[in-house]
Amino acid sequence: MEVRVDRDRCVGSGLCMMHVPAVFDQSEDDGKVLLATAHPGPGLARSVRGAAGRCPGRAISLHADGGTGGADSTENVRQ
Amino acid sequence: MPRRPGPAPVHTRRSRFDPGAELRRLAAERPVTRIGAGPGDSEEYVWLVTGYDAVRQVLGDHVRFSTRRRFGRAAGTAGTYPDDYRPDDMIGQLMDYDPPEHTRLRKILTPEFTVRRIRRLRPRIEEIAADRLDAVERAGPPADLVEQFATPFSGAVLCELIGVPRDDREAFLRRARHHLDQGRGRQARAAAGAAFSRYLAALVAGQRRDPDDGFLGMVVRDHGADVTDKELRGVCVLLMLAGLDNISGMLSLGTLVLLEHPGRLAEIRADPGTVDRTVEELLRYLTVPHAPTPRTALEDVTVGGQLVKAGEHLVVSLPTANRDPALTAAPDRFDPARAPSAHLAFGHGVHHCLGAALARMELCIGYTELLRRFPHLRLAAPAAEVPFRLHTTAYGLERLPVAW
Repeated sequence: MEVRVDRDRCVGSGLCMMHVPAVFDQSEDDGKVLLATAHPGPGLARSVRGAAGRCPGRAISLHADGGTGGADSTENVRQ
Repeated sequence: MPRRPGPAPVHTRRSRFDPGAELRRLAAERPVTRIGAGPGDSEEYVWLVTGYDAVRQVLGDHVRFSTRRRFGRAAGTAGTYPDDYRPDDMIGQLMDYDPPEHTRLRKILTPEFTVRRIRRLRPRIEEIAADRLDAVERAGPPADLVEQFATPFSGAVLCELIGVPRDDREAFLRRARHHLDQGRGRQARAAAGAAFSRYLAALVAGQRRDPDDGFLGMVVRDHGADVTDKELRGVCVLLMLAGLDNISGMLSLGTLVLLEHPGRLAEIRADPGTVDRTVEELLRYLTVPHAPTPRTALEDVTVGGQLVKAGEHLVVSLPTANRDPALTAAPDRFDPARAPSAHLAFGHGVHHCLGAALARMELCIGYTELLRRFPHLRLAAPAAEVPFRLHTTAYGLERLPVAW
């Protein structure tokens, strides 16, 4: 699984870093999301999916490893 | 919103912890309903958006749904504001701005509300909670948790955040409350508002001259050239608007919910680590803000199967969206054990609550310290006699008599 974040969409809620600090961080400069890792292990898949579903800016997307990044590879992250 | 005669607008009606019966009926029928918005037989109407998916669509689409207030009583505007006009009292109030203006202001403020920055306030907020609980102990038993705890706690945290000196806090909060109280007459509110606004202007000017380490000082230091004094004043008003009634409402109502669920209460006492998920569920279950800023459709758009035409207005009901089975199973049950949901208590999209991290921390500290201080907390009045709070933008309790 590859995690991508869209910093233009991020509203700086910090929810993702509160829930999955191993994967997400929040910049002290602009308050927006930073990725600690784009390739979290399978053990984190569930919580990353949860964070993506709760993101108020819909700034987090999940993709199959090695995917082209088109819409087809984006999981429906709503929980 | 002016005080209007007759019944409260349908989207603000509640029944104890639930949305009001009429609101629930509308939400069960369809996700978007046309409702009357004017007095008596007037033909004014708005679209009431109640379904979870429809609410997310509207709040998530700032391109087609604007929050800017477009009409009012300003002199020389003939009821409808020109595109570049914003009334003085709305300057700096983020929810009245659309991108890209909104983006500019929000970018300046967001770094002051990061999770880490807010966590630095924790020791001070814990002290404030302890002070207020001392006051509760002195006052009773019995004591009114709204008057002695929920209301002054939320006020003191905001004063701490904004940097209001201790000696000024009482008068500052009194004026803020009078200004924001929807139950007061227009004139009384305006007078309190003018004094409140003058005080904030002086506070901002002081920080310009000599910035401290508080929120205003940091903004002035880092972005002083990008923001005007009027905008900063408006931001402070917004923080009060967002942080007083919402927090005191959550604390009072949430405590009542917990007192009615002794098992949950025991769980938090046994393991304070469980308070986080209880707070999340209380946020969803109670959803104290009735609605965010109304939206105006900028083009024709279909929402929840309903065509909304350009120029029409939408009122978004957060409590019904958070009770939609599309969000979570058995939504009417208070269940802190449920998987964390993507609830909308803080809104959604670019206007998502700036202070959400602060609010969550305040609530966690508030409930934890309250239950720690009073291991035998109980209601001091029959449950049916606890009065619920109307006439505010956020739901809550008027009084919560407790003993211990």
